[in-house]
Amino acid sequence: MARPPATPGKPAPPGVPPDAARSPRDTPSPDAAWLPGTVRSPDAARSPDAARSPDAARSPDAAQSPLTHRLAAPTWSRQAPTRRAPSPRRSTLRPEALRPEAWQPWARRAGLAAVAAIPAAFLAIFFIWPVATLVARGFTAGGSWDWSGFGDLAGRARTWRLIGRTVGQAAATTVICAAAAVPVASLLYRRQFPGRGFLRALLTMPFALPSVVVGLAFRALLGAGGPLGFLGLEDGFWPVLAALVFFNVGLMARVVGTFWGALDPRPEQAARVLGAGPWRALATVTLPALAPALAAGGSLVFLFCATAFAPVLILGGATYTTVETEIYIQTAQLLDLRSAAVLSIVQMGVVALALWFGATARRRRERALRLTGIGLVETAVPGTGAPAEDGRGGGGMGSAGRGGGGRGGRRPGGARPALAAAPTWAVDWPSLATTALMATWIALPLVNLAYRSLRTSAGFGLGNYLALGDPSRAGLPHSLAEAAARSAVVALAAGAMALGLGLAVSVVLSRRPRARWARRLQGLFDSVLMAPLGVSAVTVGFGFLITLNRAPLNLRTSFWLIPLAQALVALPLVVRTILPPMRSVDPRLHQAASVLGAAPWRVFVSVDAALARRALAVAAAYAFAVSVGEFGATSFLARPDTTTLPVAIYKLLGRPGADNLGLALAGAVLLATMTVLVMALTETRWRLPRRPRQPPAGSLRAGLATAPTPPAPPAWSLNGRRP
Amino acid sequence: MRRRPSQPATPAAAARFSAPAESPRRPRLPAARAASGIIVALAATLVAGGCGGTGPETPKAPGANGPSGTVKLVTHGSFALSAEVLADFTAQTGLELQLLPSDDAGAMVNQLILTKDAPLGDAVFGIDNTFASRAIAEGVLEPYQSPQAGPEQDPHTAGLEGRLTAIDFSDVCLNADLRAIPGGADLTFDDLVKPEFEDQLVVENPATSSPGLAFLLATIAARGEDGWLEYWRALKANGLKVVSGWNEAYYDEFSGPSSAGQRPLVASYASSPPSEVPAGESAPATAAALATCFRQVEYAGVLNGAANPQGARKVIDFLLSAPVQADLPGQMWVYPVRPDTPLPDDWARWAPLAERPWSLAPSDIAANRERWLAEFNDQVLG
Repeated sequence: MARPPATPGKPAPPGVPPDAARSPRDTPSPDAAWLPGTVRSPDAARSPDAARSPDAARSPDAAQSPLTHRLAAPTWSRQAPTRRAPSPRRSTLRPEALRPEAWQPWARRAGLAAVAAIPAAFLAIFFIWPVATLVARGFTAGGSWDWSGFGDLAGRARTWRLIGRTVGQAAATTVICAAAAVPVASLLYRRQFPGRGFLRALLTMPFALPSVVVGLAFRALLGAGGPLGFLGLEDGFWPVLAALVFFNVGLMARVVGTFWGALDPRPEQAARVLGAGPWRALATVTLPALAPALAAGGSLVFLFCATAFAPVLILGGATYTTVETEIYIQTAQLLDLRSAAVLSIVQMGVVALALWFGATARRRRERALRLTGIGLVETAVPGTGAPAEDGRGGGGMGSAGRGGGGRGGRRPGGARPALAAAPTWAVDWPSLATTALMATWIALPLVNLAYRSLRTSAGFGLGNYLALGDPSRAGLPHSLAEAAARSAVVALAAGAMALGLGLAVSVVLSRRPRARWARRLQGLFDSVLMAPLGVSAVTVGFGFLITLNRAPLNLRTSFWLIPLAQALVALPLVVRTILPPMRSVDPRLHQAASVLGAAPWRVFVSVDAALARRALAVAAAYAFAVSVGEFGATSFLARPDTTTLPVAIYKLLGRPGADNLGLALAGAVLLATMTVLVMALTETRWRLPRRPRQPPAGSLRAGLATAPTPPAPPAWSLNGRRP
Repeated sequence: MRRRPSQPATPAAAARFSAPAESPRRPRLPAARAASGIIVALAATLVAGGCGGTGPETPKAPGANGPSGTVKLVTHGSFALSAEVLADFTAQTGLELQLLPSDDAGAMVNQLILTKDAPLGDAVFGIDNTFASRAIAEGVLEPYQSPQAGPEQDPHTAGLEGRLTAIDFSDVCLNADLRAIPGGADLTFDDLVKPEFEDQLVVENPATSSPGLAFLLATIAARGEDGWLEYWRALKANGLKVVSGWNEAYYDEFSGPSSAGQRPLVASYASSPPSEVPAGESAPATAAALATCFRQVEYAGVLNGAANPQGARKVIDFLLSAPVQADLPGQMWVYPVRPDTPLPDDWARWAPLAERPWSLAPSDIAANRERWLAEFNDQVLG
């Protein structure tokens, strides 16, 4: 691919002061301004060049000065008093505060191992064991291994149709989302206009919505009697595709947008200066630079669509089945464990392939970009959350992008014109049109859902909502309102569990061990952790049923059975949300805190948790939203008298008459309100410090506020001069 | 926590990093300690959940399961009885009857099989003759001979080891909208593949719906092992529509007076027509084609390992009692198993039973159901 010759080969031309090109990754470091002088000593002071070199952004160790390197070395503490670099403030440290004997390396390691052991044990007991048992049951016949299931299924044309449909629906959604995300992102993340925040929130919201609600919303929209019922797309491929795009387009736009917002705009400007038209500049400069984000977001979207359950179940009808719903039918309806096990393996294969493809494409792209220099900024972009790091990236999901390291796009050095410009129809019409289409796509089903929920057999009114409290209407031993209350309690328990486990995982994964085996172990841990995303929730729920049924873990009738399954489903998202900001914490802050005598837990509370607390809040909200809307595993585990709201809604859909549909619609609105409210509360609560009010001391924002921010020249100038 | 005066501007933040004042020299493993705290908390929750079994949502669980308090009846999704009849149970026995509606019969039986170590309830109603053999083979049920059961049970319970008691039965037949197909009551399987009935039939997916399975079994009985698949291919070529469940088929796709769909032929029950009398008319607008019927028997049984087996037995007796049997036709559109039960007047006129319903031996069904369904899935659903 031809690269414009004017692409700057070096990240920061001499005329640009360091801050202009300072990447968001560096933002935690201003916090060092209020640390004791040891860390701000000349040796330890961050050198702008080091921080901006590609290696610096990639490997934190290399970014550190020799002193900080020693700080990290386990042997240092004993030698500290004699070997510390001279500093004018050294006298302010009381010698006993260093407590050189307190933190032995083995103690640290033991502590870390213990922290790692909890999530590892959780995954082993509540994920690997049930799933492995289920799969093994499918492959054993009369006590010996029996692999004939593969052959039998491979010989059936239906199996290949199922795989074809699964891959087809995922690929189609991914392509549509990618195609829409670029124009949408260019408007929502590169332009400034009133209502931008609202549009961003609108596009991101579907990701937090329960899948049952989305399925129902599209059924009410496209089904007989719906406003788009005349299209005749009541069930089958098209409604499923519409629902999946609804779910994922905002996510994709967010991943691309946060990445794009932090991308160096100068190569594109250079291309324009050299005479390339806007389309050519887009095609030859910007799109290739966006490829990592597209690959990362794309593999994520593919993953979610290949394992979509409730939308396919509700919108697919009897004849449109995918691998995921077929696993459900084989287990719940036919009790054919062999076929279900084979299909589970097939699904894991498809998902692993998608993840591998995404990771490979992104890595290749990044390597190429690094060579040409374009990638310099992008390597240091936490705004994309995990995608910049490992591609599975839930970190960029929803508001987490902003919460996580998500300061991408808002640089300390000042806003760039590309961000500040208002959109104009002449230039931005493709973006405006696409965004309008996508906003309609998302708003229409939801508005229609709310509207239809008010329609009762007795005319418009709140009848369906009043019926939520009526036990005789739900076809269950309890009313929908009780189911909603139970959902909330269960989701609170599940969310708390997911958050606690996610924190433990993030602590372990955010360490940067130097030993290769330790890094390998981390990588393995990371992949196992993401596996619940790729394994059918149905498989998890079913595995729970057949393993957690005897002492010492007889949870069959326990309240905790459903929260455990939901926590498992929510855990990957929680980790992807917390991990990027935890990883971006400057290790020197840990070291400084330790030097000052803080115990490890205190370092965690005062440094990591304080810096990542917005991400923590967002992760908690996500964990709740995911748990409260979880359907696949819960539909297996819920007993008739302990039904959660999504399962109750789905059951209502199978009952006749407009009244039951109306009740289901009202329940869906209630469920959607619960999740959206929690997400919105988190957003507003944690947005407050952004206002001019003085932020709480010690917070990340306080660090930003006290950071020295010398005025930077506009980034559109090359070498400090106007072009 | 001490503040050191010489530190720069943000004292609160700096204080966070100052050394804890207490016991500075005692070696500790704080990370491990924090971790052990989490472990203890997690273990405590698990133990509480695993051993106690009483979550926040079941505060009254202890004692509620006791032999005298409540009896839980697992039913299929369309169970219904009049409220006053249900209230009689409490009046007669002093037990509170808790209904636990599950999904359709097939999914319910599978759920019972999967949960047999910790049964969902005490008794079950709604296992039909296509799933009875599976439930018995998996050991879900306990034997019980109700004193209310008479000789009328015999044709239905052969081979069931005394573990199930027949409560009601019905014929699954093709239903026709007589306004579109005047001769609908006389239709046979042969007619359905004729061009004049193109795009008119809707049936339930036999994998997810018990009337769907019954209709499939009727065609297998009629066409034989060699011909049924060919017959379904012909149906498919003739515009057959398959939907997930009976509710969807009957209420959303069928064109009858109480339905919203367009297709005049549906797989439903012989007892459906009496409730399809249009306002102001005296006869139903639909009819069952009695040459296409498959007899479906619904059973009740005591679950193995029930918390309240005494209560469960009383439930079986109750379901066979005269008031319940008399309530069945009006509530669930099925025929009561006891022959002495009076039927509603319109049933005698408009809901006759098939004289010679199609049938298959339960052993045949048990042995071949999975294969039939797999072939149906492959060839008809695609």
